[in-house]
Amino acid sequence: MTLPEIKYTKLFINNEFVDSVSGKTFPTVNPATGKKIVDIAEGDKADVDKAVAAAKAAFKIGSPWRKLDASARGVLLNKLADLLERDAKTLATLETLDNGKPLTAANIDILICANTLRYYAGWCDKIHGQTIPADGTVFSFTRLEPVGIVGQIIPWNFPAALAIWKLAPALATGCTVVLKPAEQTPLTALYIAALVKEAGVPEGVVNVIPGYGPTAGAAITAHPDVTKVAFTGSTEVGRIIMADAAKSNLKKVSLELGGKSPLIIFKDADVDQAVELAHQAVFINQGQICCAGSRTFVHEDIYDEFVKKSVERAQKRKVGDPFTETTEQGPQIDDEMFNKVLKFIKSGKAEGAKLECGGERLGDIGYFIKPTVFSNVTDNMTVAKEEIFGPVQCVLKFKTLEEAIERANKTSYGLAAGIVTKDLNTALVFAQSVQAGTVWVNCYNTITPQAPFGGYKESGIGREMGEVSLQEYLQIKTVTVQLPYKL
Amino acid sequence: MANRNLLIKYTKLFINNQFVDSASGKTFPTLNPANEKKIADIAEADKTDVDHAVAAARAAFKIGSEWRKLDASARGKLINKLASLIERDTEYIANLETLDNGKPYGDSVFDIACAIDTFHYYAGWCDKIHGSTVPADGELFSMTLREPVGVVGQIIPWNYPILMLAWKWGPALATGCTIVLKPAEQTPLTALYVAALSKEAGFPTGVINVLTGYGPTAGAAISSHPDINKVAFTGSTEVGRLILAAAAKSNLKRVSLELGGKSPLVICSDADVDEAVQIAHGAVFNNHGQNCCAGSRTFVHEDVYEEFVKKAVVEATNRKVGDPFADGIQQGPQVDDKLFNKVLSLIEAGKVEGAKLECGGDRWGKEGYFIQPTVFSNVTDNMRIAKEEIFGPVQSIIKFKTLEEAIERANDTSYGLAAGIVTKDINTALIFAQSVHAGSVWVNCYDAVTPQAPFGGYKQSGFGRELGEDSLKEYLEVKTVTIKMPYKI
Repeated sequence: MTLPEIKYTKLFINNEFVDSVSGKTFPTVNPATGKKIVDIAEGDKADVDKAVAAAKAAFKIGSPWRKLDASARGVLLNKLADLLERDAKTLATLETLDNGKPLTAANIDILICANTLRYYAGWCDKIHGQTIPADGTVFSFTRLEPVGIVGQIIPWNFPAALAIWKLAPALATGCTVVLKPAEQTPLTALYIAALVKEAGVPEGVVNVIPGYGPTAGAAITAHPDVTKVAFTGSTEVGRIIMADAAKSNLKKVSLELGGKSPLIIFKDADVDQAVELAHQAVFINQGQICCAGSRTFVHEDIYDEFVKKSVERAQKRKVGDPFTETTEQGPQIDDEMFNKVLKFIKSGKAEGAKLECGGERLGDIGYFIKPTVFSNVTDNMTVAKEEIFGPVQCVLKFKTLEEAIERANKTSYGLAAGIVTKDLNTALVFAQSVQAGTVWVNCYNTITPQAPFGGYKESGIGREMGEVSLQEYLQIKTVTVQLPYKL
Repeated sequence: MANRNLLIKYTKLFINNQFVDSASGKTFPTLNPANEKKIADIAEADKTDVDHAVAAARAAFKIGSEWRKLDASARGKLINKLASLIERDTEYIANLETLDNGKPYGDSVFDIACAIDTFHYYAGWCDKIHGSTVPADGELFSMTLREPVGVVGQIIPWNYPILMLAWKWGPALATGCTIVLKPAEQTPLTALYVAALSKEAGFPTGVINVLTGYGPTAGAAISSHPDINKVAFTGSTEVGRLILAAAAKSNLKRVSLELGGKSPLVICSDADVDEAVQIAHGAVFNNHGQNCCAGSRTFVHEDVYEEFVKKAVVEATNRKVGDPFADGIQQGPQVDDKLFNKVLSLIEAGKVEGAKLECGGDRWGKEGYFIQPTVFSNVTDNMRIAKEEIFGPVQSIIKFKTLEEAIERANDTSYGLAAGIVTKDINTALIFAQSVHAGSVWVNCYDAVTPQAPFGGYKQSGFGRELGEDSLKEYLEVKTVTIKMPYKI
């Protein structure tokens, strides 16, 4: 397999690729081999200042971006989708190289990128304020205006898809952007930046600053000219960002954080189907997904059969070279996460969960971990409470729906939840009782551009996708005009 | 490039993605209004053909059909694809439109661009049509589904053939309906061409059907068909009544109507007269006056009246009439001899009833249905030219004194399609906008119609809205689903 030429390794400011002010670079590593792919320009505060200044100029009334019809923004987003589709192969290859996910999965991610762009392209000229029957001799209306210069900080688990999840609503509403991709995975964000320019988006509207959280990320969250920050990542860093926003200019904050999402397998479930569903729910993307079904509650009546079949399935999971078509699981993203997962596995063993399979590294090159299944997990164990973000399934036993709901809700997280059942009442009662931003019934990880996604409680603030996501990038202005008499 | 020498590719009925002869084998001629000569013979649909088309549309609408199984977002992709094919063939379609309708080539190109924008607008709505979940009283889980209304009949006029097609197909396809469209008998050509493009775009068979033919036969068969769920019509108020009656008599199919107008444009004393003259001229003379929302009653404040009339006459006298394929032409022929004669007879009425003929007032040239740009001044409210829709290049200038009076006289009509005002004063603009009985109000502009904002009539100018989010309602049915819950949550 011939690797593509890495064309874009510098900061993207004002539609140009430039070195960082300091001249510094950092390496991005291939997690399948542990080897450096290429050096990337490292952005810091000075670069963020430049990028924000560019975004600010692009946002000024009278700028080319502000003078565009709303429908013209839609044309640009559709054009960008076309370009991503044109270069899908290259993008997917870069993604697999940088992130380690199987190429088959990266291909799907790029499809998601295009569909998401097209969804938001349709919203651009459909963002309506209202005229309002206000008390008094007045004419009152609202305008929904773009919130302004937005900072966007994204993680490494779905680099291209999350770049698009962030860019699309920001551009649809007319904002301008400074985006910081994760330091582990800068390649596809920079390639997308080049496509943004090719699509014809005016300069300064989109700026991409690769770099590290404590430097470039912190500069964004504390910047006085950034009016909103959107972050996807860990709850721990989410707190820091919210605190920075409070301390600086009270910039608006939306957060997509961690999860410990419960998946309930009810006794009337088809066990084979439930096993496959639960397997994908937790092992997809090497377990590196915020809404992973990472607490698998199984009804006692089918528990033993479920565990046996889950173990068989996990043992069959093909782990290896992400560029091989049959591979289901690639390496974890880097040594830090790799070690963290192994540590969790150790705690599971120590705290008395039963290790059914896996539980250790695979091979001796790259950050590969064997698909791991723990059974007899109880709620108080570390593996049942903390987000592992690795290929580790935890199977717990339950007796009644009410109990399952209570235990499902007993967490500071609230990102997603799922249930497998044929019973109408069970499905509806669960869907309405569980404290989660997304509830799946007889499916899992079914995320589409049309429906909102986001967290209850400490899984985050605000929603992405769907109509409501636009609100995060808009501010409401009420205009009231005095009338000579009531009409 | 304007070019009248075209190969006419499609002349038959379009049913189930195929071009077919009518069941009777009959055809009718479509004429070029610039020279009154036949362009081509077109298949003539009647009741039997309507039955075939409706059956095709019904099959395409059935749950489990290819169309019904598509993701909503996939409908959006198909609509965008159709728009891009129209864009690809802009030149050909513009020539076809000018040949069939008589409007200048540049106007046809503009209409096509508007049609493309309209399709893009609706493509974006497909997967954003939301029902609600509802906090109903009781131990219930309640929600609404917004479902496509079904098989829709669409009957469109000849004044903006391809644009009216886009206005009709956009919301119907976005909501997931299936279509039987009857274009006007005067202008069938671009509808048949776009039908072929819809097949090329990949729309499943039966989703779009186009039947060329006449109102009393094919049109009537559509409005009274028992298996059509909704009819949408744009045309005269007179025919609008017939369609509403047919719907009532048959199966209570839903009806939306875009009818005639006699829209007032009010020029206030603080208006820049030159600007106002320009706005008012375009408002009534665009599309040869063949525009449902034409600013056909020009109310001018007495303080600026003399100057306005003088300049309006200059504008009208300079309006370039002639071969719609030639460069620089602003006005081509009226669409057919019937309309041509109607306009001339209303001009006669104007003269007879005492309006002052300032310029024009007669046929232009010897061949084709051309009429001279005509201006009447000293028009009063009781004259026929002030009350009836002329649908021709005839400006009627009327004097007024106060805003209250202008509003009252503007509203003194059974129509209510549009209205306009030219003023710099904030109170004047807002009071007028809120007081006038019209579906569209323009301030310091006219005919500013965009896909994003709704368009339609008050009173006898019609009901229902096209364009904007509101237009989707016409093509949707609301279903409430209520599920018993074991206990209140």
